[in-house]
Amino acid sequence: MKRDLTTDEALPPEYEEEVERVDYGFGLKRRSFVQILGAGLLIAVGAPALAQRRGGRGGSGGARSIAARIHLGKDGTIVVMTGKVEGGQGARAELSQAAAEELRVPLGRIQLVMADTSLVPDDGITAGSGSTPRTVPAVRQGAAAARELLIDFACQRWSVERNAVKLSDGKVTDTSSQRSLTYSDLAASEDAAQLLQQPVRADVALTSVKEWKVLGNPAGRPNGRDIVTGAHKYPSDIIRPGMLYGKVLRAPSFGAKLTSVDLGPARAMTDVVAVQDGQFVGVAAPTDFLAEQARAAIAKTAKWEPSSHPASKDLFAYLKQHAQGHAAASPFADERAKAKHVLRQSYHVAYVQHAPLEPRAAVAEWTDGKLTVWTGTQNPFGYRSDLMRAFHLAEDHVRVVVPDLGGGFGGKHTAEAAEEAVRLAQAAGKPVSLRWTRAEEFTWAYFRPAALIEAEASLDAKGALTSWHFININSGGSAIDTPYRSGNARCEFVRSDAPLRQGSYRVLAATANTFARESFMDELAAVAGADPLDFRLAHLENPRLRAVLETAATRFNWKERATKRTPTTGVGLACGTEKGSYVAACVEVGIDQGKIIVRRVCQVFECGAILNPENLLSQVQGAIIMGLGPALREEMRFENGEMLNASFRKYQVPRFEDVPELDIHLLNRPDLASAGAGETPIMVVAPAIGNAVFHATGVRVRSMPISLPKTAS
Amino acid sequence: MNSKFTLTVNGQSRTVTTDPHRPLLDVLREDLQLTGTKYGCGEGQCRACTVLINGKASASCVTPISEADKQTIVTIEGLAEGDRLHPVQEAFLAEGAFQCGYCTPGMILATVGLLNELPNPSDEDILPRMQRHLCRCCHYPKLLKAIRRAAGQTTKATTPK
Repeated sequence: MKRDLTTDEALPPEYEEEVERVDYGFGLKRRSFVQILGAGLLIAVGAPALAQRRGGRGGSGGARSIAARIHLGKDGTIVVMTGKVEGGQGARAELSQAAAEELRVPLGRIQLVMADTSLVPDDGITAGSGSTPRTVPAVRQGAAAARELLIDFACQRWSVERNAVKLSDGKVTDTSSQRSLTYSDLAASEDAAQLLQQPVRADVALTSVKEWKVLGNPAGRPNGRDIVTGAHKYPSDIIRPGMLYGKVLRAPSFGAKLTSVDLGPARAMTDVVAVQDGQFVGVAAPTDFLAEQARAAIAKTAKWEPSSHPASKDLFAYLKQHAQGHAAASPFADERAKAKHVLRQSYHVAYVQHAPLEPRAAVAEWTDGKLTVWTGTQNPFGYRSDLMRAFHLAEDHVRVVVPDLGGGFGGKHTAEAAEEAVRLAQAAGKPVSLRWTRAEEFTWAYFRPAALIEAEASLDAKGALTSWHFININSGGSAIDTPYRSGNARCEFVRSDAPLRQGSYRVLAATANTFARESFMDELAAVAGADPLDFRLAHLENPRLRAVLETAATRFNWKERATKRTPTTGVGLACGTEKGSYVAACVEVGIDQGKIIVRRVCQVFECGAILNPENLLSQVQGAIIMGLGPALREEMRFENGEMLNASFRKYQVPRFEDVPELDIHLLNRPDLASAGAGETPIMVVAPAIGNAVFHATGVRVRSMPISLPKTAS
Repeated sequence: MNSKFTLTVNGQSRTVTTDPHRPLLDVLREDLQLTGTKYGCGEGQCRACTVLINGKASASCVTPISEADKQTIVTIEGLAEGDRLHPVQEAFLAEGAFQCGYCTPGMILATVGLLNELPNPSDEDILPRMQRHLCRCCHYPKLLKAIRRAAGQTTKATTPK
C-alpha cells in the first residue's frame, strides 16, 4: 500500500521530552521535594533530590483569536505574536516570512514579538523541530484570517464582490475605480476590535507554494543589525534598577547533601545578601565579583554528606547492570537457526553537554507580589508553570520574557537558573541577575544521555537481512526503528539508572541510534561481502530516504571512491530519517598517525518544501560541524562524583580549523509539507565517520567519540 | 581594597573605583553597562569577551581592571559611527555571519584586531588566529566568508585604535 507521505510523515508527533528537573521545594518547612500536579494537588516526595517528569509541557493552545496572533496598528504597524523563541535556529525570520506571505506585505513590515508570556499565545516549547511544521502553519492561518478580514472589509465598504478587488503590498484595490484600503484603515474602523476577536478558522485559505513570494526565498535574521552592533540584549544582558548579581553554592560532588553551612562570612560583607532554603544556598551582591567572593567564603564553612557515584570509565557496565528489567535477548531463534550469518555488537555513546555559548541566565524582579523573569529558555510557558509551582503563584502573577538567546540546542528546557534568581530576588528585595559559570554549565546542566546499544541481526545466504534486534539502554527511543527491510524486527528502548542528570539535546537519542544502526549496517554489509551503499539500497524502500542516499552517493562519486582504499584515506556513508526529514552523508577521512581527520563531508538533506534556503543551509552546515564534536572528541568524564573536564580547555568543541570541505545539497520538495530542519542533519555525521575509519584501517570503532586504539596506528 | 582606574572606552574617558582584581569584562558590563561584550567561559578559552585594548584583540574576562588602567578600550558599541556601521560589521551583516549571534561581538572585534595587524590576511593568517574563537552554532563557514569579505574592504576604512 502506498503511504501518503504528506500527511503520514511530514508532521512529527507533538514534542515529548524526558528531562530531569531540579525541584528545590522552596518555602517548605521540611526538606522534602514536591510536585504539584495540574489540579493543585501537592505530593511530597522524600527523595530523590531530582524529580523526574515526562511529557511535553505548556498548553500550546496557540492563538484563540486573530487579535491574539496579530495586532494591526492604526499607524500601519503590523505586530505578529508567537510563543516560540529565537536561539539562532532562524524562527524569527521564518515566522516573519510566514506572516508576510499571507498578509501580502513585504517582509520588512512585520514586527515579530516572541516569547513574552504576557503578550503572546502559547505555541508550545521551541523544540523537536516543531516550529516549522506546527507554528508556521498557525502563524500563516492567523495572518490569512487577517488578510481575509481586510478583503471583506473593503468589499463591504465599497459594496463590490470579492473578485472585483486585488490585494498586494498590504493594500486592497478596487480594480475598476482604483480606490484602495490598507490594514491601517481596517484597524481604524469601528468594527476592528470585534472583527479581530474572531477565532482563526482552520479552513482559511493559505497561499499555495507556487504563489509564494516571501516564503521559499532567502531571508536573513530580521534583527541582524542589532546583533552586529551589540545592541541586542540577550537574557544575561538585562539590567534592572538596583539589580544585584547572584551566585549559588553547588555541591562539591554529585549527590552530596548539605548538612550545615554558615552564612555569616557572606553576610558580613557590605551589601551582600545570603539565603538558605533547604538545600538551596545562594548569595547576591552588587557585582558578580563580590558575589563570587561571598559564595567562596561560605563554601569554606559548608559540610557535605557525599554519595557514591560511578566513574565514567565504568559507565557502560553500570548502565547495563542497572538496565530496568534488563535488556531482553533477541527472540528470533528460528531466523538465527536458518541464517548464514548472525552478528551481534554493542555500541557506546558518551555523555555530552550542549555548552551553548550563553550560559543559563535569568533576571528576576518582584513588584507588588508579581514576578517578572527575563531568561534564556526554549520553553517560556513551561517555565512559567515551573515558577508558579516553585513559588506558589497564580498564572497572572508570573511573566516570563525570553529575549533572543545565545544558543540552546535542546539544553534550555528547565527553569532552575530562573528559580535560583527568583529565590535570591525574593530574599534581597531587589532584582537579581544570575548567570551560570561555564563550569556550572558543564557540571549542573542536564546532559545528553549516554547510550549502550546492543544489536543483533541475521543474514540469509543471499545476504538479505532476516531478523533485527536493537536495544537502546538509557538514551532514548528517537529514530530507534530501522528504516531498512529487516525481516522480523524488534527495536526497544530500556531505561537505566542514569548516573548524570539527563535531558534533551539536538535530535535527542536519534544520534546514538543512528550511529549504532548505521555502523551495524556497515558491519553486516562487510559480512555479506556487499558494498555498503548497495547493501543499504537493497534493503531500503522509502523513496525519500533512497533519494537522499542516492544523490549523496552520486555527488560524492561513491562507487569509484569506495574502491580506492588506502591505510590513510577512507570513505564512509550513513543515512536516516527523523522528525519528518531525510538525510544522507558521505565522508572522507584521513588517518594521520592514528589521528582521524575529517576531510570532506557531502550531505544531502530533504525536509519537504524549503521555506528559507539561506537559513536551511546554515542549519545543515552548523549541525554537521557541531556533530563533529561528539563524533570525535566530546565526552564528559567524571570520577568520585566530580566532573573532570568541565571547561572549554578540557572539553574540546569544534573550532574553525576543524571544518572540513563541505558539499551540502538541499533537495527541495515543494509538493510536500515542510518539516523542521534544525536537528536531523546532525545524526549521520558520526556513523559516516566511523564507517570511513573502518574503510581506511579495517578497525571498527563502536563508540562515540570515535578514536583509534593506539595499536591501530 | 578598591582603587581608582581611568580608561578610555569607545573614545570617552571613564573612571571607576573598584577592586583591582575584577575582570575588565565585569567592569564593562556592570559598571559601564556595555553589555555587548559577552561572558562565555571566564578563562579566555572562547573569546566571546574579546575587546580591543590599544587596538589589539584581547580577552576581557582574563584581563583584570588594573591592567586596563590608562589604556584605550574599544567594545562592540564603539565601532559604528552613528548609523554608519564599521566595515567589519557591514561584512558580518551582509554575509549573515551569525546564528544565535552571542559570539558575534567577539568575532567582529577579533577581525578588526586581525586587520589592524595584517591588512590583507590570507586564510593561513586568519584560521590560526580565529581558532581561539568559539561559535557553538558552528557557523564557521559563513564567519570565514565574512572575515574574508571584511579583509577585502577594510584597507580603505579607518579603524578605531
